[in-house]
Amino acid sequence: MNEIRSISAKQVGRDVPRLESRQKVTGRAEYTHNITLPGMLYAKLCRSTVAHGRILSIDVSAARDLPGVHAVYTGETIRTLIAEPYFGPAFHDQPILAIGKVHFVGEPIAVVLAADPYVAAEAAQMIVAEYEELPAVFDEVEAMTSAAIVHETLKPAGTFADLKHLSGKSNTNVALDYQLRRGDTDAAFAAAEHVFEHEFHTQQVMHTPLEPMVSIAEPGDNCLTIYTASQSPSFVCTEIARLFGWRENQVRVKVPYLGGGFGAKLYIKLEALVAAAAMLARRPVKLSLTMEEQFYTITKHASTFRIKSAVNKDGRITARRCEIFWNGGAFADIGPRVTQKSGFTSPGPYDIDNVSVDSYALYTNRPPAGALRGFGIPQLVWAYESHTDLLARGIGMDAVEFRRRNLLREGRPQATGTLMHDAAIIEVLDKTAELMNWTAPFERGEGVIRRGRAIAIGFKAVVAPTTSGAIVNLSADGSAALYMSTVDMGQGSDTAMAQIVAETLGLVAERVKVVHPDTDVTPYDMATLGSRSTFHMGNAVKLASLHALEQLGAMAREVGLPEGTNYEIRDIFLKKYGMQAGNIIGVGSYVPPYTSPQKGTGLSDNVTPFWMVGAAGVELSVDTETGHVTIDRLINVADVGRPLNPAIVATQLSGAAMMQLGFTLFENMDLDHGQVTNASLADYKIPGMHDLPTVMDNVIVDNNQQNGPYGAKGVGETATFGVSPAIANAIEDAVGVRLTSLPLTPESVLRGIRALRGEKLEG
Amino acid sequence: MTEVRCDIAFTLNGAPVALNIGGHENIVDVLKRLGLSGARESCGQGLCGCCTVIIDGVAESGCLTLAQLVDGRSVQTIEGLDADGALSPVQQAFIDAGALQCGFCAPGFVLMSHQLLAANPDPSEAEIRDYLSGNLCRCATYPEIIKAVRLAASRMRAAQAA
Repeated sequence: MNEIRSISAKQVGRDVPRLESRQKVTGRAEYTHNITLPGMLYAKLCRSTVAHGRILSIDVSAARDLPGVHAVYTGETIRTLIAEPYFGPAFHDQPILAIGKVHFVGEPIAVVLAADPYVAAEAAQMIVAEYEELPAVFDEVEAMTSAAIVHETLKPAGTFADLKHLSGKSNTNVALDYQLRRGDTDAAFAAAEHVFEHEFHTQQVMHTPLEPMVSIAEPGDNCLTIYTASQSPSFVCTEIARLFGWRENQVRVKVPYLGGGFGAKLYIKLEALVAAAAMLARRPVKLSLTMEEQFYTITKHASTFRIKSAVNKDGRITARRCEIFWNGGAFADIGPRVTQKSGFTSPGPYDIDNVSVDSYALYTNRPPAGALRGFGIPQLVWAYESHTDLLARGIGMDAVEFRRRNLLREGRPQATGTLMHDAAIIEVLDKTAELMNWTAPFERGEGVIRRGRAIAIGFKAVVAPTTSGAIVNLSADGSAALYMSTVDMGQGSDTAMAQIVAETLGLVAERVKVVHPDTDVTPYDMATLGSRSTFHMGNAVKLASLHALEQLGAMAREVGLPEGTNYEIRDIFLKKYGMQAGNIIGVGSYVPPYTSPQKGTGLSDNVTPFWMVGAAGVELSVDTETGHVTIDRLINVADVGRPLNPAIVATQLSGAAMMQLGFTLFENMDLDHGQVTNASLADYKIPGMHDLPTVMDNVIVDNNQQNGPYGAKGVGETATFGVSPAIANAIEDAVGVRLTSLPLTPESVLRGIRALRGEKLEG
Repeated sequence: MTEVRCDIAFTLNGAPVALNIGGHENIVDVLKRLGLSGARESCGQGLCGCCTVIIDGVAESGCLTLAQLVDGRSVQTIEGLDADGALSPVQQAFIDAGALQCGFCAPGFVLMSHQLLAANPDPSEAEIRDYLSGNLCRCATYPEIIKAVRLAASRMRAAQAA
């Protein structure tokens, strides 16, 4: 069928159902989870049982002798293939399998391959390792000064300029010491009317994608094909090539749909292990983690945030000092980026002349931490918005008015010195207050039920500078296919990008084909992370579409059609080739302008191409007899620029807020000497149907991101920002209890209530 | 592991199948071998609903159901719902309400929604929340799922009345 151009149909801003909806509701969508290759072996891991120790011996003989076992490998076997088998995006600190020592409970020390996964699992249990235990450190603040050192020598990957000075450093757990200095905080504090200082904590939690991490490697002749549930196929390709000393074109990485990502499936996770195992075994190898194993693979940083502010008599914040300690666990993963990229926003979306930030990435002997839906921002907003509410209370000013007085406005410099543009901060605050009916009286509850309400607002700078590339293939019948390495993990990127192609070329979005990431076919993309795709890939896709359009115009001129012809695409091709033949390839690549922050001060006149703004408004009820909190109403307000697909954007907002609700109220990895004691969905609860607030509203404010594709910008993380502090602030509003550590459990609320009454709670 | 194998025969989405299986294999393993990947093992403990299959009309966690136990029984999976090429009203409603994101949990939710609507053609929101509380969606598409079930219910009732 020939494609008819429909210039009149608005393709962006339309609620196009996800392109893959039908495949997903019929159970036929392709996930790496489903893939089986001929001759494939299943890998199962044996993991460390101690948090920190020297490996004395690993006895794999019983496992190797089990009938059905194809092979058992340890770190030493891997070394016969790769001399330096260490990987990671920021530091080359993660061994494919442990070598010499283990750094956390759950670190892989050996892998078993078998045609039957149950045989592999049984054999993995038969491996016996002996360790000489070393002192371990689990707390991020203790790690600053502890005698226990997780890595003897620091090995920055060389990718990031601000890590180079750490190369070869020893006797430290600090994997990045980021600083920002603006104005004169000492003088401002000395002159201050009021000074407030607080400390906040967040707990370690896990992404819990329902498709657990999974990767497959298929060896070829001096080449490898990797099928993987990854958010960053381009990085996997680069890193595997580096490990093997190969060219990038010897590694092919293919990614179908992901059953959830949330940051868990970023950079490189299982790919190095399956690649090495497949090359050693000369057979395809698949490693599927269990839900339990995911808790030992990647998590969200626990953190400590010390924040201090000076406030003058007019209710203006004149100085703020932030000290943040990020618990990165045993491997840095992308923690040093979290430390810096979120660190520079740690004073919050406020206009403060004197600011100082110290943000530390720390190694500990916990399971590694990386990016989780917000790249550190939710931890920061939790602290600075709890603190900001306390400032307003402290000077007796209304919480909304206090914020309005201090928020950054268009054209004002953020802490780095970068001027704010297209960030609808005031609009988001005002919309939240309006939806909350903030100035009207509020029903405070009666009897044992006490009600409270509050708001919180946060912002994020998208990570910069990063690159995206895209190819648009226009066929002779006028149909289009988009080739890109953005991974659709549920956020709807296939659909949104198809809308951009359709809008630019005058096609129908539903009929644009999106070719999934395949590094042999689709161009480079930095990764699907940090709400960057809509903006970066969106711009690349628009450029590629414009490039195709330009060539189409040239073709029309060549065949003698007038400028601005309304000839169908297929007719233009037909005139040129005399038959349905040929194609037009539009290419686009996008990298935004950026200025590296100055060393020491962290100042930059262009630290990010765009800002995301999100606020939460909460009304809740506290049962003062049990400490149980019911969220009566949760309002999520966001600046997403112009939404490409408003329905999918609203779903993203509510999904992000619900995820953060779990991290706020109950999710928590319990650790006992580094051992996660609740590593299963039986003991680690994630939000279900019954955790939905009684009422939830998701609202987009009117804004236009001028440098974004059709005015759009990122949205995946925005609704996570305000949830935690808004709930804590509302709990204080309801019962006068201020909680400073997540999660906000009924027990902690009840202890607070009893403490206020001077009553002791047993236990 | 002592390998125990056995032959089983059961009805799968209305058609007879017979095969030789390992005694330790669960029904999800066997379905996968038969080329059906709509039932998925995720938590491995029967707590998330991703592996939901319908056995003799009852929703079960496939990851906890040894394949031997379905011998002689009738198993229905997500792939059976559109066997005639047309989506079920529930599937269509999930699309129209935008009730999926990554889609990994979608087959379980769709099958459970069918079970609910077979038992209760006009469920309240509270009844929907209760019935589907055993299925987890990490993307938290819950509000849209509730909307989809109500939409499917009203369409199915309207079709019944017509």
